[in-house]
Amino acid sequence: MQTQSEVGYNTKIEGDVVLTTVDAALSWFRANSVWPMPMGLACCAIELMAVGASRFDISRFGSEVMRFSPRQADCMIVAGTVTYKAAGFLKRIYDQMPEPRWVIAMGACASTGGMYRSYAVLQGVDNVVPVDVYVSGCPPRPEALLDALMKLQKKIGKQPVVQDMKMLNLTKSEVAA
Amino acid sequence: MTLLEPASKLKAKFGDLISEPSEYRGETTVTVVNAQEIAVVCGFAKKQLGFNYLVDISSIDNYGSDPRWTVVYTLRNIVNGVEIRLKTDVSEEKSELPSVLGVWRTSNWHEREIYDMMGIRFTNHPDLRRILMWEGYPYFPLRKDFPLAGKPTELPGVAFTKPAPLEGGPFVTLPSGAGAINREPRVRTVEN
Repeated sequence: MQTQSEVGYNTKIEGDVVLTTVDAALSWFRANSVWPMPMGLACCAIELMAVGASRFDISRFGSEVMRFSPRQADCMIVAGTVTYKAAGFLKRIYDQMPEPRWVIAMGACASTGGMYRSYAVLQGVDNVVPVDVYVSGCPPRPEALLDALMKLQKKIGKQPVVQDMKMLNLTKSEVAA
Repeated sequence: MTLLEPASKLKAKFGDLISEPSEYRGETTVTVVNAQEIAVVCGFAKKQLGFNYLVDISSIDNYGSDPRWTVVYTLRNIVNGVEIRLKTDVSEEKSELPSVLGVWRTSNWHEREIYDMMGIRFTNHPDLRRILMWEGYPYFPLRKDFPLAGKPTELPGVAFTKPAPLEGGPFVTLPSGAGAINREPRVRTVEN
């Protein structure tokens, strides 16, 4: 059985005990339960639905619940063409998401404006929200979106958790002191 | 034949206001000479001739020739499937013609779209505001003198636009007759 560096675990010797750092454990929890908020605007939303369906199951990655309320979601998947008119409310919905939050720009239109080089289409959703993973494709294969989710999970795994909580005065030691 | 019959009836009723009907590939087109009478003509077409379905209202920008705008009404009789097209010309100084809202309620949004994209106003329209772009957008995007990439605008709190990078121009393909290699979308001049 593979052992990772932060986990020292051997069932035969230690029994059902895992040794790890708090950071690694919390990052692992966060990474494997990313609840997406589908900002499905156009055709990429159909592929997003396909990813949520049974063949390309996204729930095996922990993203079973597609929370349509931004207040309950971790990751906003922008799937579709963002017009300048839509950019305003997209930013509003992003602002309503609680930290930690991530954005996946799915498809060519969300990443760079796609084939629509015109007066009405926002040339990439990263003009209004910070994007973590860009997925190319028109529309991207469902496997590509799952690959993007896996990359996002790796990225989340590297984010410091306890440090951020300390900065926000959320750990007990800070409160006690 | 039934295709030219409604056009002839229009001509008989309105005389000089309607041009001679022209027919091309089974489609009848009739030009209404005075755009201000379009509501009357459409009312007659609906009530007497039975064109109860307004398929579309569209507008053409004849950039460089006067009158600049041509507004095209496509009407259809659902019962017997007959279609007719009415065209009117509007000059740029006037840029106004009566709304046909009293005839077909669906023209509400079609006329709003024409106002949004071309800037042609419709009198007696109860709610003439932009429908695709936002309130306060200063240009009319489908005019021929407006670039495809757009112009920079800023409306704080509502929306902004920036010119899109065209990277050399619109990439155009060819009709399906050419081979697949020739149909590759690229910047094309008149020769290719």
